[in-house]
Amino acid sequence: MTLVYIEQSDSGIDDLSLQALTFARSVAGPTATLTEAVTAEVLGDAALESLRRQGVSTLHVLRTADIDGYAPAALARGVAELAQQRAAAVVMAPSSDHGNEVMAHTAAILDQPLATDVLSLTLGAPATVARARWGGSLIEHAEVMGEPLLVTLAAHSVEVAEVSPAELAVLDFEVTLRPLDAVVVASKVQGEGSSSINLADAKVVVSGGRGVGSTEGFAVLEELADLLGGAVGCSRVVTSAGWRPHTDQVGQTGTKVAPDLYIACGISGATQHLAGCRTSKTMLVINNDPEASIMAHADYAIIGDLHTVLPAVVAEVRKAQSP
Amino acid sequence: MDILVCVKRVPMSGGRFVLTEDGRDIETKRLGFTISPHEECAVEEAVRLVEANGGTVTVLALGVSESAEQIREQMAIGADRGIVLETDGAEWDPQATADAIASAVQRDETFFDLVMFGNESADSSGYQVGIRVAHQLGLPVVAGLKSVSVTDGVVRAERPAGTGKEVFEVPLPAVVTVREGLNLPRYPSVPGRIRAKKKPIVVHEVSRPPARLNKVRLELPADQGKRVEILGHGVEAAPEVVGMFRKIGVIS
Repeated sequence: MTLVYIEQSDSGIDDLSLQALTFARSVAGPTATLTEAVTAEVLGDAALESLRRQGVSTLHVLRTADIDGYAPAALARGVAELAQQRAAAVVMAPSSDHGNEVMAHTAAILDQPLATDVLSLTLGAPATVARARWGGSLIEHAEVMGEPLLVTLAAHSVEVAEVSPAELAVLDFEVTLRPLDAVVVASKVQGEGSSSINLADAKVVVSGGRGVGSTEGFAVLEELADLLGGAVGCSRVVTSAGWRPHTDQVGQTGTKVAPDLYIACGISGATQHLAGCRTSKTMLVINNDPEASIMAHADYAIIGDLHTVLPAVVAEVRKAQSP
Repeated sequence: MDILVCVKRVPMSGGRFVLTEDGRDIETKRLGFTISPHEECAVEEAVRLVEANGGTVTVLALGVSESAEQIREQMAIGADRGIVLETDGAEWDPQATADAIASAVQRDETFFDLVMFGNESADSSGYQVGIRVAHQLGLPVVAGLKSVSVTDGVVRAERPAGTGKEVFEVPLPAVVTVREGLNLPRYPSVPGRIRAKKKPIVVHEVSRPPARLNKVRLELPADQGKRVEILGHGVEAAPEVVGMFRKIGVIS
């Protein structure tokens, strides 16, 4: 049995969790035939329906007495107890902030290895994984000597697929907490209702690098992002220079994005940056250097100076959008 | 307050990697070495906390003896002492790394009020060493922080969550892991560099237990060398771009 830690989004099960559930069904080997899910959240009808469409047989809802809010150690205590009680062969979570954190606690509690950012998993003795290193710039093949096998699935490495809906049992699971488990509890503070599109969720990201040259140089990138209903991103050079805030940084130590379209303007393509955008569906590069390393990752490219090319693109898009 | 910051010596990655002939490691002959940007921010934050509250900053690295170079760089911005847990250079998995760091913390002469890590290492990105160390030491831990402050023995910490944020209040002693964006690390001054040369670094040899997450080989991902369609040169390409936007459905 594979146990998957899942989280909810506004519209149901969060997308990375759905990817993990899809991946769980594909894991090879005779012991991985069933998927069960675990969460601490109260799930709505839409979320329960999408679990059925992921072939989940049982949803375990963790009950953690007096804790109100996300408490990683308490959740991990529940996941660890559940994994042992249900004799799970594999325990999995998406490689998200919460997923990696809960699984790291679970691994510490069970004293088992944890393979993060996994791209593939083959059961056996020993089990083997392919996992992303350097934010995906390298793939590591490794053996995992763990029982249960603890993994987090690299974001956007699997397309979500559904099966015909299965019967879903929903069971409460009372977690036996230790005192330390309840020390770290998050209070959630909502965003200030800004109308701008969240970089991580944007369908189009217009990103600038050293070649943009200045804070002011980003105006035309913002204009294009607005026209396309997208968000502006940037490389690490840009945030280090203070042209943009760190929240705009796309990369290994910034935000990881996977938009339908990523437009990389004046970005050379360091591994640090590619780690944040390599799973974009389509990449357009605007760069005056045809030899830039980012070209190896591009689907489309314009060779030229972004300071003249981008205004021309903006003008063409405006023309195309005018009635 | 006395703070320990754990860092990892890693190669500077640049544009693309070249692997050694046996495919087990990155070819580092022509590469410089550094630490993760997350860890640079951890040291900067530790130095700021000590500037405000008094105390010491110790920097620890598990790795080859040359890891002392990375510790010296952090001493130049204000760290006071260093600990190298010296290995033969073979890969240590996260469990072994955490065990060695936890036991170094327990036997050190200083009682650390706060132990800091980067959210994940630049190279192996396991997201777990800090959390494992906290469990071994019986301390609370919060990961992935973008804001840390300390008042009256309590860490108040924040991290982004969707369009909002999560806020934590955790009593010291504690473990935290932090992210780039927490602060903008200062550049080392010349007097800082000179002072760094005289600061103490202790070296403890450590031996590696059998790996339970055992790296077998590395591979370059297939997307390097994807075939790119050149839409044109300069402004003449603009109409082609609109056609492409239509084709992939970002404009109607």
